[in-house]
Amino acid sequence: MAKIEVRNLDLWYGDFQALKEVNAVFAERRITAIIGPSGCGKSTMLRVFNRMNDLIEGVRTSGEVFIEQKNILSFETDLVDLRKKVGMVFQRPNPFPLSIYENIVFGQKIHEGSFNRAKLDEIVEASLKSVLLWDELKDKLRKSALSLSLEQKQRLCIARLIAVKPEILLMDEPCSTLDPQSSARIEELMRELKNNYTIIIVTHNMQQAARVSDDTGFMLLGELIEFGRTEDIFTKPKDKRTEDYITGRYG
Amino acid sequence: MRLNPYKTQKIAFFFLFLATLLIVVPVGLIVVIIIQKGLPAINWQFLSDIPRQGMRAGGIFPAIVGTIYLVLGAIIFALPIGVLAAIYLSEYSKENILTRVIRLAIVNLAGVPSVVYGLFGLALFVVFFKFGASILSGSLTLGIMILPIIITTSREALESVPQSFREVSLSLGASKWQTIRHIVLPNAIPGILTGTILGLGRAAGETAPILFTVAAFYLPLLPKSIFDQAMALPYHLYVISTQVPNVDEKIRYGTALVLLTLVLFMNLVAIIIRYKFRKRKKW
Repeated sequence: MAKIEVRNLDLWYGDFQALKEVNAVFAERRITAIIGPSGCGKSTMLRVFNRMNDLIEGVRTSGEVFIEQKNILSFETDLVDLRKKVGMVFQRPNPFPLSIYENIVFGQKIHEGSFNRAKLDEIVEASLKSVLLWDELKDKLRKSALSLSLEQKQRLCIARLIAVKPEILLMDEPCSTLDPQSSARIEELMRELKNNYTIIIVTHNMQQAARVSDDTGFMLLGELIEFGRTEDIFTKPKDKRTEDYITGRYG
Repeated sequence: MRLNPYKTQKIAFFFLFLATLLIVVPVGLIVVIIIQKGLPAINWQFLSDIPRQGMRAGGIFPAIVGTIYLVLGAIIFALPIGVLAAIYLSEYSKENILTRVIRLAIVNLAGVPSVVYGLFGLALFVVFFKFGASILSGSLTLGIMILPIIITTSREALESVPQSFREVSLSLGASKWQTIRHIVLPNAIPGILTGTILGLGRAAGETAPILFTVAAFYLPLLPKSIFDQAMALPYHLYVISTQVPNVDEKIRYGTALVLLTLVLFMNLVAIIIRYKFRKRKKW
């Protein structure tokens, strides 16, 4: 089932057009990878879905992006609601300089103003369990999140996100600062998470896209060149440019 | 003749070191001389008694109290306004002409001679608002004088909070204000505190701004309200050094020592706070 539908999406940074006539449908509870060389607009596209591009001055968009039949590019969109529903994991793990516990309950405190200890404890446990950190960290929840390893930090960031109960997880090169083993474990986690969430991952690591995703989109110079099932894109690409990229002729 | 690079390096190093030494020497001398000449005057009576015999004997208690009142008054006024303005400038203002004018105004405010603040305070608070020469007028004048320090240091503190913290917070659905309130401000507090204390030190030491707005030549009674005049350390020092004949040198240097200790102590607190928090933060 379609979770996100992009229609004729254009985006400009000032005079520079970063996205050109993008059309795509992202399926629910699947992992969609967006691949392409640096500067092709894949991160920009990701940041359309939670309107993070709004933070940059001089950004203009046209076209429509529907999430559950609502055009999120419209002026009426409640950004708080949108971002609760569409969460983001960033390239560099970026926990707040607070305790592990405080990191996870941040969203809850912001949104509910809730300080019910039992409920917060429950959320922390559930969120950490879903990123497979509970056993490691249950005895040091009061420790600073900055003391964790990079992989643990990235997992914690995902847990912090899950605590807000989103439906869509946007991942912007979530493994690019991690070593191969840690990356593999994060990929494992993504497969786990797709049972409950729709995941879109941006990556310049083609092998990662091939391993982890169900669907893949290939972008080049702001255009979505090809979009389809991952095995099709990687085994029988329709477009010459896609083929050149995945066979390593450029990028 | 060409000097070899090792020699030029040594010569350059020598002059750089000399210049640095020249900065440290006066600071050291000031402290040493004032302690040497002032310490004999310091005793409990000097700190707790009122000035006697036309300020040639007794203590400086009213001046100490006055200075503390003035500094507290200035901070009560300047801290909230300064921090709020800094938040606006660093988080909300867009890059346009108005913002640039405001920034320019703040930089220039920091460069205004302190005696001009004194005259301004006299015209605005003492005369126009009819607060008279009072702690209120003096505090407000000092407050305006230290506003640029507080705004500038607070802005730097806010801007040193990594952009990524703001991004994550917003991406979790927090509003801009929630992000500032829960993430940016807590991480900027050490820097804001440091700036505030430096401002306090500055306010405690200035003479000119309080000259026309609050300072009393001789007033042994402690102020009862913010509409009373008060003695203050810097002005008292000026008075006993130039206006009253035959004041014992010991008393003058003793007063200077108390003032210097007060200011250096505040700076020390600022340094300690900064050091502690710098060690703690790891991003």
